[in-house]
Amino acid sequence: MAKKKRNRWWITVAPLYVFTIFFVALPLLYLLVLSFMTRAQTWGVVNEFTLDNYLRIGKPVYLNTFRESFQLAVLTTISTLLIGYPFGYFMARLSKKAKGRMMLLVVIPFWTSALMRMYGWIIIFRSKGILDKVLMGLGITASPLKLLYSYPAVLVGMVYSLLPFMILSVYSSTDKMDWSLVEAARDLGATKWRAFLTVTLKMTLPGILSGIVLVFIPSMGLFFIADILGGGKVMLVGNLIQNQLQSGRDWPFAAALSVVLMIFTSIMIWIYRRAAGVRELEGLL
Amino acid sequence: MKKRKIHFSLIYQAILLILMYVPIVVVIVYSFNASKHTTIWAGWTLDWYRKLAKNRSLLEALKNSIVLACLSSGAAGIIGTLGAVGMARIGGKSKGVIEYISMVPIMIPEIILGMVFMAFFAMLSLPFGMLTLVLGHTTFCVPYVFMMVKSSLVGIDKSLGEAAKDLGATEIRAFFTITLPLITPAVISGMLLAFAMSLDDVVISIFVTGAKTNTLPIRIYTQLKSGVTPEINALCTLMLAATFVLVVLSQWLGSVQRKR
Repeated sequence: MAKKKRNRWWITVAPLYVFTIFFVALPLLYLLVLSFMTRAQTWGVVNEFTLDNYLRIGKPVYLNTFRESFQLAVLTTISTLLIGYPFGYFMARLSKKAKGRMMLLVVIPFWTSALMRMYGWIIIFRSKGILDKVLMGLGITASPLKLLYSYPAVLVGMVYSLLPFMILSVYSSTDKMDWSLVEAARDLGATKWRAFLTVTLKMTLPGILSGIVLVFIPSMGLFFIADILGGGKVMLVGNLIQNQLQSGRDWPFAAALSVVLMIFTSIMIWIYRRAAGVRELEGLL
Repeated sequence: MKKRKIHFSLIYQAILLILMYVPIVVVIVYSFNASKHTTIWAGWTLDWYRKLAKNRSLLEALKNSIVLACLSSGAAGIIGTLGAVGMARIGGKSKGVIEYISMVPIMIPEIILGMVFMAFFAMLSLPFGMLTLVLGHTTFCVPYVFMMVKSSLVGIDKSLGEAAKDLGATEIRAFFTITLPLITPAVISGMLLAFAMSLDDVVISIFVTGAKTNTLPIRIYTQLKSGVTPEINALCTLMLAATFVLVVLSQWLGSVQRKR
């Protein structure tokens, strides 16, 4: 009887199972297989086992791309943490009504088209654009800064796009925090800063960690920001994969790059889980 | 002392919020710019909106995007909701594994997903176009619905369903009269989130679309690289208004659920 009942519910999960196996698991497996295949002379792939694709990643040109991506991702993550943490923290200390409103204000840009927001930055950064006009109008700079198509522009774009993840992660863990512990620390004579460093920071660590993961992972692959704001001057792993796919037509190599990037990402998530001791990313939704 | 801290935090939040909105406001303002170039301000006009209404290919892309978002968030709504409800009621080892794999699409960098689908669909020799777009988008829409519904199920009192069954309702009836109404807000807000994500996606779309099918983000992306006309600004502004309605709606649904 119990078994029969259970079987009925299996029907409801069937679509999820089938869909997940066919359109997530199988494609990912195929990616792995593809990464060991050989590129055909003109177009397509030959079913010949090779390790060349992985060995090629070891070339200085490509290793350099990985290093640069990693650097930018680290820089982006640190910046979002420094900027986003205070925001998320202050947000959690607002009154209940203000919290709801603030949440809405943070979420709206997050929901607007990422391209539209990048376009906004183009208009601002463009030579003789808004920023230049303001700075030159105030007499701070004498000539256009030429910020568009530069590394700083890409960094601003990345931080800007990913900041909400950090804010919401920090917010959700600060919001759940037991403030009586901070009060206890204060009662025991800790200064404000000390109570923050020893109690608050530790208790919001899960939020910080999940924020780091949520920012770091996408920042390795966001090729379109580097493309639009960097104008091809900033080359990330994502751009490399895209180039290999679309102009290079070297699918096996792109697959190998993706596999390496994915392993890298999985390691990050694994470390996060070990460190935070939780399975789900805090404040992901 | 305390007062000063509050002031600082408010100023900090205000500055950051302004920075968050500046790029968006800029795009909106320039949609009313009479000049074609964003470096020149030539006064207010509604011309770009008029031109937009006549721009067939742009409207076609908009239509494609909306159809795509509807189909994929709809499919994800069904798959994700049924899956989350069923998962809560079955046992077995495969459960955790499948749940984990189904989350992979939103845990890995998007570009990998795009490349995976491109290669996979090419291997299956599916025709690239709306079909491949819907399949690709559904995979990353499912996790949003699934997670929303899963977390709302946690909050539901199990005894309610049991009481219904004790009173003689069948399991299916208990589901439709008790559980489903309780999780509906979660289903809808998950689907709205999925809808917004699909509407905005450029990375995966670029890889799985065919030569003839353009979505709006793809159009905008290619224009951003070659040269933008202010019609795009006008379109973005209209979409922003639509997004705003969606966000408010989903937040409202969320608060309805939390009150329960």
